[in-house]
Amino acid sequence: MTETLQLHTRALSRRSFLITVGATSIAVAFGGRLQDASGASVAPAVEGSYRPNAWLSLVADGTVTIMSPASEMGQGIMTTLPLLIAEDMDADWDKVRVVQAPSDAEKYGNPGFYGVQLTGGSESTRGYYKMLRLVGAQTRKVILASAAAMLNVPVSELITEPSRVVHTPSGRSLDYGEVAAAGVLPEPLPQATDADLKPSDRWRYIGNLTVPRVDVPSKVDGTAIFGIDVQLPDMLYGAVLRAPVQGEQPQTVDDGEARAVPGITHIVPLPYGVGIIGETVEATKRAKDLLKIVWTKSSRIRSYTSDRLLEEYRSVGRDLSRAGVSAPTQGDAEAAISKAATVIEVDYMSDHVHHATMEPMNATALVTGDRVEIWAPTQGPTGTQGFAAEVAGTTPDKVKVNTTLLGGGFGRKAEADFIIDAVSLAKAVQGRPVKVIWSREDDVQHGKYRPLEAQHVQVGLDAGGNIVGWRHRIVADSIFARTMPQLFESEGGHDSVVTEGAHFNYAVPAHQIEYIRRDNGLDVGFWFAVGVGYTRFGIECVIDEIATAKSVDPVAFRLELLKDQPRARKIIETVAEMAEWDRQRDGRALGVAYSDAFGSHCAEIAEVSLDRETGEIRVHTVWCAVDPGIAVQPRNIEALMITGITNGASHALFEQINIVNGEVQESNFDTYRVIRMSEAPDIKVAVIPTAETAIGGIGQVGLPPIGPAIANAVARLTGGVRLRHYPFLPERVLAALNA
Amino acid sequence: MTAFTINGRAVDLAAEPDTPLLWVIREHLKLTGTKFGCGIAQCGACTVHVDGEPTRSCVTLLQDVAGMEVTTIEGLSPDASHPLQQAWIAEQVPQCGYCQSGQIMQAAALLRSNPNPTRDQIVEHMDGNICRCGTYVRIISAIQRAAREA
Repeated sequence: MTETLQLHTRALSRRSFLITVGATSIAVAFGGRLQDASGASVAPAVEGSYRPNAWLSLVADGTVTIMSPASEMGQGIMTTLPLLIAEDMDADWDKVRVVQAPSDAEKYGNPGFYGVQLTGGSESTRGYYKMLRLVGAQTRKVILASAAAMLNVPVSELITEPSRVVHTPSGRSLDYGEVAAAGVLPEPLPQATDADLKPSDRWRYIGNLTVPRVDVPSKVDGTAIFGIDVQLPDMLYGAVLRAPVQGEQPQTVDDGEARAVPGITHIVPLPYGVGIIGETVEATKRAKDLLKIVWTKSSRIRSYTSDRLLEEYRSVGRDLSRAGVSAPTQGDAEAAISKAATVIEVDYMSDHVHHATMEPMNATALVTGDRVEIWAPTQGPTGTQGFAAEVAGTTPDKVKVNTTLLGGGFGRKAEADFIIDAVSLAKAVQGRPVKVIWSREDDVQHGKYRPLEAQHVQVGLDAGGNIVGWRHRIVADSIFARTMPQLFESEGGHDSVVTEGAHFNYAVPAHQIEYIRRDNGLDVGFWFAVGVGYTRFGIECVIDEIATAKSVDPVAFRLELLKDQPRARKIIETVAEMAEWDRQRDGRALGVAYSDAFGSHCAEIAEVSLDRETGEIRVHTVWCAVDPGIAVQPRNIEALMITGITNGASHALFEQINIVNGEVQESNFDTYRVIRMSEAPDIKVAVIPTAETAIGGIGQVGLPPIGPAIANAVARLTGGVRLRHYPFLPERVLAALNA
Repeated sequence: MTAFTINGRAVDLAAEPDTPLLWVIREHLKLTGTKFGCGIAQCGACTVHVDGEPTRSCVTLLQDVAGMEVTTIEGLSPDASHPLQQAWIAEQVPQCGYCQSGQIMQAAALLRSNPNPTRDQIVEHMDGNICRCGTYVRIISAIQRAAREA
């Protein structure tokens, strides 16, 4: 099976904005009056007679039920997106409850992200923003029209207060519940345009510091339902033993002992392993341990050894005769560098990293004839429909996906392998749901790791130390070649997610970005911030290397390169103030880094110390200033920066997947080290919106600057020792110190 | 059959005695607030109290709790009124939220034995609980708030 995220494009047409009535589904409700039942009960979604469109319903008691179309994996999106509707419909947020939208890309696809339901790329708020505000504005116009008929007054004499229509001349009013109870939907439904959107000085919720997240209460009392928590009548459990090396298959299977385990009902051969179905989780785990399988030995992945390959990638990056596929290029960087007075030429590298979502991969599926129903913590309901249909031998429209809460996603749950497990096993027991749960070892050893990556950066300086050309060569396997082959092809083989972040807003006269693809067969995937996580490592460290060569301050140097970028300058100046950049610290040093990726400006300063005996780096405090344009939920943005910084520090310091002859060496949290509380920095965040600008992405924005900020701090602490290879393991630090 | 008490309720289960307590709680008793994270006591997502002691239920067997009292996140308070739960909401701690049941149960054991822990004591006590969303700084703030307001 080809694992291709099935995408199509659908542009949002503001003028012919189509609102359709309908869409009932079953989903878990969050917030509003049903808060005490949030997560615990399964409530009918978007029911009631007053349904202006597919996104919400109103009932007589005033409750507004709003669909959340994106996957909630911790980023707060199931508050952010419904809040946009509530803002422009002038709903009382306390009366709003939120339900997860069903899998229906026509109604709920992201207009800014291929028109599908796929949560990733920091694209949800950016992509849905305008549409959902228009949905809110249109809903308000529908309510006003109904109320005008009820009060027998012209619409022009009506205004709204939160969840209330007021007739100013008479003082009479109707709350939205009364309109829902007795109002008639106008025919035809009024449409909304940009002119109907609430001006920013009248926003009640966008930018509000006190609006809490709707999912939080359910996450402190155990009632939140993640994929792994799904319970269904007659449910069976599934486990899958996968081949130790990607691409191998079972050659012989001795399942005698496994079958004999009490509670085991089926053993299911799969192309990539062996599935087990049983009455309890523990039975499937016992049986899995008892399977005796001889695997094929023919997979090309058996020659994949990450250490060796990274050295090769580094050589390819340095060998300028090896041409890559260039991204749209500005100026002639090669020519400029060939004439430069000084050339700075360095390699940066990063090892594979794994998502290690706290909730391991899992999914539940029910196959009945040509119908499939899935309950899963998926980032991609639309893609899931396609994969499930292929496995079940049906069509995507006959696949219903119930997206649960995700216990972490970070890109891993945009994949379909765990979905395919569940559907494959459920197909073997038609009519009974099967919940497949991966062990943590399965999760770590069968990941879709961030690609192994080497980058070669060449910067030419003129006699005055000014940058004249910047050449950035990125060597890695492709993510899009596997996941989005049409896109990969349409970009001429330049994988724009692998090189994401290489474009920057620093003023350089010539800039060339090249992608040199390697294809060693391993499935690599989207990891938190994807390419930006390493391209900004290279860029931001090289900026400091140039500043050092010029003997200028790294903050001042960035401000100079961004002199025409007032928003960028402001956040860099702010973070420098927050950290007291110019104050010397005893035994500690500060490092700075900046990123404009995802449409938002983010600058971070890390305060670090170093144990020169052991090579261990300690990150004490991180200051962060971020400008996302419009800040829908500033307090949640602060939380997302904390997540990006903490996880970013984790991957810069510790995280590493080693593959030897195709076998992943790490297996659980004892060997795949992630950051713990005692190692986590204290973090200070300033969210600085800029009014009347485009909204930026935010989910991944906090991660890219922290690694280079740490490396730059270490260089300043040690008189110039550069760390150029993620992660900064103690032995690598010692090697750099002793070089 | 193995008898024990869970959240004040007496239960008697026919599951194999060597079944991990985690799966008994989650799939036999359907109390899914307690999470599976690693299976080897490395992450703390499965933390419950056994006779008041914070315990990793993934490496505790059903037979180990015979006759004992088990408390899960669902039993910490009847209505999410425990000071830690309230502090967790006030500080907006959870992101994905998956680890938070274990974090709260681990923290509850600390506050019971040490109602006013220092920051270092909090960190030392909580260091076995991984949060992949990196909410550590807000967890610390919430524990300090609960200690202050309890």
